[in-house]
Amino acid sequence: MSELLQLFIWIPFVGLLVGFFVPSKNERIISGIAIANLSVYLLGLVAFLVYWTLNDFPVLDRKHIVLFETDNMAFFIDYYFDKLTAVFSVVGAFVALLVNIFSRYYIHRDEGFKRFFSTIMLFFLGYNIMVFSGNFETFFVGWEILGICSFLLIAFYRDRYLPVKNSLKVISIYRVGDICLMLAMWMSHHLWHQNITFLKLNDANLVTEHLQANGGYPVFIAAMFLIAAAVKSAQLPFSSWLPRAMEGPTTSSAIFYGSLSVHLGVFLLLRTYPYWESMAAIKTSVIVLGIVTSLVANGIARVQSSVKVQIAYSSIAQIGLMFIEVGLDFHILALVHFAGNAFLRTYQLLVSPSVMSYLIHNMVFNFVPKNQSNVNSIYGKLKNSIYMLSIKEWNLDFLLQKFLWNPFKWAGRQLNFLTSRTFAFLFVTIIIVLLYFYFSPEIPEVIVTFSPMLFSLFGLLFVLRAFVEKANALTAWSLLLAGQVCITLSVALLNPKFGLGQVSIYLSGILLSSLLGYYVLLKIRKVDNDISLNRFHGYVYEQPKLGFLFLLSCLGFVALPLTPAFVGIDILFSQIFKHEMGIIICTSCSFLVMEISVLRIYARIFMGQSKRTDHAMAYRSS
Amino acid sequence: MSSFAFDEKHVLHELWHFLPTQTPLRDFIHHNSLHAFQDMKFFDAIFKASKIFGYQVTLELRDFRKLYEIGRIREHILEQVIAKRKGTESIGEWKAKLLTGDYNELNEPRIGNLRKHWREAYQLDMDSLVQPLLFRILCSYLDQGISLWDFPNKPEGFLASLRQLENNSFTSFFKTKRAKKMLMDGQYTIAQLLKMVVGDEAFFEQYVFDQQFSHRGWSGMVATVEERPDTLLDTKIISLHDLIIFELLLEIDTLDYHFGSDWKPLCTDINNKPVDLFGDVPATELNEVFTLWQEAFEWSYYDEVLAGIKASNSATPFGGKGATSFQAMFCIDERECSIRRHIEKVDANCVTFGTPGFFTVEFYFLPQGGKFYDKLCPAPVTPKYLIKEFGVHGHRQHEMLYTNKTHTLVPGFISTLSLGFAAAGRLFQNIFRPKMSPAISNAFTHMNKHSQLTIENKNLDDRENDLQIGFTVEEMAARAEGMLRGIGLTENFAPLVYLVAHGSSSANNPHHGAHDCGACSGRPGSVNAKVMSFMLNHVAVRELLNQRGINIPNETQFVGGLHDTAADEVEFYDEQILSEANRAGHLKNKIAFENALDLNAKERSRRFASIKTKNGLKTIRKAIKDRSVSLFEPRPELGHGTNSLCIVGGRNLTKDLFLDRRAFLNSYNYKTDLDGKFLTGIMKPLGPVCGGINLEYYFSRVDNHKLGAGTKLPHHVMGLIGVANSVDGDLRPGLPLQMIEVHDPVRLLIIVEHFPEVVLKTIQSVPEMYEWFINEWVHLMVLNPETKTFHYFKEGSFTEYTPLVQVIPALNDVNAFIESAKEMKTNYIVHATQENLPVHTLN
Repeated sequence: MSELLQLFIWIPFVGLLVGFFVPSKNERIISGIAIANLSVYLLGLVAFLVYWTLNDFPVLDRKHIVLFETDNMAFFIDYYFDKLTAVFSVVGAFVALLVNIFSRYYIHRDEGFKRFFSTIMLFFLGYNIMVFSGNFETFFVGWEILGICSFLLIAFYRDRYLPVKNSLKVISIYRVGDICLMLAMWMSHHLWHQNITFLKLNDANLVTEHLQANGGYPVFIAAMFLIAAAVKSAQLPFSSWLPRAMEGPTTSSAIFYGSLSVHLGVFLLLRTYPYWESMAAIKTSVIVLGIVTSLVANGIARVQSSVKVQIAYSSIAQIGLMFIEVGLDFHILALVHFAGNAFLRTYQLLVSPSVMSYLIHNMVFNFVPKNQSNVNSIYGKLKNSIYMLSIKEWNLDFLLQKFLWNPFKWAGRQLNFLTSRTFAFLFVTIIIVLLYFYFSPEIPEVIVTFSPMLFSLFGLLFVLRAFVEKANALTAWSLLLAGQVCITLSVALLNPKFGLGQVSIYLSGILLSSLLGYYVLLKIRKVDNDISLNRFHGYVYEQPKLGFLFLLSCLGFVALPLTPAFVGIDILFSQIFKHEMGIIICTSCSFLVMEISVLRIYARIFMGQSKRTDHAMAYRSS
Repeated sequence: MSSFAFDEKHVLHELWHFLPTQTPLRDFIHHNSLHAFQDMKFFDAIFKASKIFGYQVTLELRDFRKLYEIGRIREHILEQVIAKRKGTESIGEWKAKLLTGDYNELNEPRIGNLRKHWREAYQLDMDSLVQPLLFRILCSYLDQGISLWDFPNKPEGFLASLRQLENNSFTSFFKTKRAKKMLMDGQYTIAQLLKMVVGDEAFFEQYVFDQQFSHRGWSGMVATVEERPDTLLDTKIISLHDLIIFELLLEIDTLDYHFGSDWKPLCTDINNKPVDLFGDVPATELNEVFTLWQEAFEWSYYDEVLAGIKASNSATPFGGKGATSFQAMFCIDERECSIRRHIEKVDANCVTFGTPGFFTVEFYFLPQGGKFYDKLCPAPVTPKYLIKEFGVHGHRQHEMLYTNKTHTLVPGFISTLSLGFAAAGRLFQNIFRPKMSPAISNAFTHMNKHSQLTIENKNLDDRENDLQIGFTVEEMAARAEGMLRGIGLTENFAPLVYLVAHGSSSANNPHHGAHDCGACSGRPGSVNAKVMSFMLNHVAVRELLNQRGINIPNETQFVGGLHDTAADEVEFYDEQILSEANRAGHLKNKIAFENALDLNAKERSRRFASIKTKNGLKTIRKAIKDRSVSLFEPRPELGHGTNSLCIVGGRNLTKDLFLDRRAFLNSYNYKTDLDGKFLTGIMKPLGPVCGGINLEYYFSRVDNHKLGAGTKLPHHVMGLIGVANSVDGDLRPGLPLQMIEVHDPVRLLIIVEHFPEVVLKTIQSVPEMYEWFINEWVHLMVLNPETKTFHYFKEGSFTEYTPLVQVIPALNDVNAFIESAKEMKTNYIVHATQENLPVHTLN
């Protein structure tokens, strides 16, 4: 029975692949493939559920494919099926099918018709990988795919400023969740000394034993889960990304931010519940986070004068309640709540344009002028204060910018005095020194001890400098590559067992992607010799193919599941020991900033308003 | 900007003049998007607007060249246009320029150049820092009913409300103290604030324009609400002045936050001189090339139409061979052009007329239980009458899924667990079996079919809010006479005369007001049809009409109706008053209407990808109806897309022509109005109404980003007053992409059947009307009814025009022709224009 699980990954994958090769003007075929695919999926799922029910709801687990293996670690794809999977997959497939049929008419004649369906199918694939995943590695594959789909759909109208700006904003916040998951995976590698599957998490004895043996580390892991879940489900303090994600066509907002994507934080919490069930601190945090979020989000929803934003915040408030339910062990309720909320918000978002005529019609017959009494009392003042804070979304957007990103920007700017030449010099020196030691018979002890940290730090410096680079995209791209090399070297030096083979698994993917990136940037530079990063260039208007190539190279570069680098990054992390705090902080900061820098280059060069003003173009404020 | 002194009142007035004047979407009224430039000649105006504001005002050069390649722009027309403008000897030279000339088309507008120094010199992205909060506060203040917790609003206005809020709270919208203090102080003028922010007074005006045009959607909305507070049901007091003050304070706040209080005004170290935004725009060869292309594009179509009229203008003016079976009046709306053709085909003995869809009765309408009046007449008219609805049974249904209580915490929790699952079912149902629901705007619910109206006024003291309730007999007779004489129907009345108004049903469509009747201020015209029918059936009115020479036979009865142009359904009013004989006739006519609607639906279906035009009539009819109630359908109908003609004259001009639903048809009989007395009344609204519609489509088509609303798909409904693309984005006035993609951007050609000298006198009689023609915002052609020659109006006089096209193809079977028509490949103009069918004569 468990061998059937992979079907639910293969079906959307085949749909995505086939759809990809249909010419973009064949709307009927493109949407037809997606709808047929989802119908087959849903029918298959229902049949499977019947079979599963007849077998009395067994929990299924299946190791699908081992991608990489050494004595102390293995990277494998694992599928899993239980009641949680059942609910999420059924709701997901149902909503996805309806939204796809809806979109077939709704997106008709949009320039990005094919882009839309491809991205939605990719999303559905990622969603299924997450929902059916049996271990963290598999889960993470889906998680990353989802993040990138979000980026692409928010920036669906890529020739306008605000969608592009907001897509970068959202992916930056998502990236925090990515890093938390990576850290959780890293730590659990070291604690379990094996790739833990979700099945094993259900083994109470095993978990108890593990918790007792490892002191405070498991709390760290659980805290990382919680942050990742809060990011994905737009809980405090990350909530402000959700309304800003509503930039794409209404149907994509509905499926992503109304229903499926935004509930995956709840999924993560439910999935890892056996692990943190006994940790009072985490449990309390989940509940408190849920309470605070639902109260604050409720306030913000009440003052909203834009329909979609109102739905976004009311959904956040309901998800806050789901967090409470999960924390209090009302899991069935949480699942029912999830399904109800997903359906309701999807529907409300889809019909959000109708609100205009419905509410106005209502008003014509039922309007009562409000009696505005504004008493100058403490209560009145408090009420006004909450009103104003809610209008400002409790400054969440501003605070995230200030406390999360500005420090990195500040740090990067401190490096501005170092010109790109200095960096090139530095990089070459590093390589020469390294080669020298590689060929010299004996390496001094000091070097062995300090070099990993040093390289890790260099890596971070390169990446930070790239993050604030304004003058030239090629410089930024080179700095990022240098950063990648340094990070890999630091890990390689740290662990002598980390062989050339493993290094090459990682670097081969990175190098390939970066070469492609160089090629594209050089071609673009030829157009008008301006590839600065202090403005949007919108080259996708003139060069859509190069834009797509560069997007691929970006995804490969940040080790998304396109090249072997994807497996490499996991191996890389697993080689950093749990006590190497300095290196793990540097490395995770580097990866945090790296993806954002890479997508920033893509966005600045290819998206936004085109430089050619000979055609109709949108205002910056639209 | 001749003097450097800053005159606040003048600048505010100028701003108001140039900002978009779109009212909240509930009252969507078409107008010329560049109305501020209407005192100039069309081409001078558009190129000036383009230079100042960066609008794209024609198609792109490469588009024109492709249109020429595919033959949509005809070679001999192009040559004629060049010859007229540049002289015959220059044809070769200019043709080469048009076809192969190399021009720099990059446009660097004047607007925005001053404020970009914030970014360049101060490294400060002022717009991104100020606008999101500003828009949110504005939207919350103006919100009509989305939020559950309203802006604490004071009747003294926007700034007073802000002051009160800031005063009574522990927090602030501002990040720093100084700006808040200045707001509380309340004494600062715009000039004083500008002094702080900008410094040099010479730059004040340019700065304010830059600032307000960086979000022209919101500024335009504020200016419109200031001008017409009654356009909001929940009235709010706001002014451009308040908006500018608050925005400047937010800018000071931002500067204080980033630089402390120690920053220099923007223009301290500026080297450039202030730009005269509205200074003359030098003529360029590129603009001449655009002018020639645009005219060639327009005349390639017009010429064909004129040739068609010439070829077909021979049929008998009225009816078929037998006695007239019935007469029907429709709105002049170009969407009714095809239904008239079909009904005449179905019943060869019927006669149709076109008249503005408010049927010459102007009033406010109060639906039963309603709390607000709806204006039901053209936008510029201010009625003095009120018509009230009564006698309706049954209540309007509610839709639980739409109540905003679902957005609160505890009710939200409960509704999520219950309604959530209902929503899944509802979505499923709407996708597979769409049907009408309370949330869909339904043209037929504008007025209840069985309701009664207070039409007749028997007591002049019957007044409400300074409006007279109903019309006196004399007032009714005057309006009835006006309408009948206008369309030339003063004799030969059939036993049944229909007055068919129109409206449009659509789902999930914030712009649905733009689909309803333009002559009724963007509402369905059902009430007007019912009111006018009542008047014409009124015995005392008929007596008065009789005294004035219009003798309506006793057996003739008038019946009001409403045609839903999206669903292709029709409904009739007061059928119970029909006499025995007429009831039988009416039943027969209803079948004719149904058959005509079937054919009309088929003709429309050729543009809809979801419907196969070759399907059976009833299948198509059902599919058309489903579209109007489908949530997923962003194009329930195509509105006024493709409108390009307005023909004032007898039906004989157009009856045997296939015009592909592109012509406004206003019935008019010059013979009954030789001195043009009624012509003034007919032609006066043609500019603002038909010309306004046409130009709004024109500009939304050529620049859908800046002058149109962009694609509908990502729209957010903001405060029930407008749409925006993004949470932090500006309002988007204009028409969405889905409405304009079939439209060919050509100006309206008005063709009037009369003598040139009478028409000249008529248009010159009203300066506002004359402006439309003399400045070429619409074209005017007169067809001399005696000589059958065309005369084109230019530079104040008429010159004869002979169509170049000689042969107009003939059609034997419209249906077969419709079935064979191809659907556009994409909505790119070169593909889209091929969906618009050429003129044919009908056999």
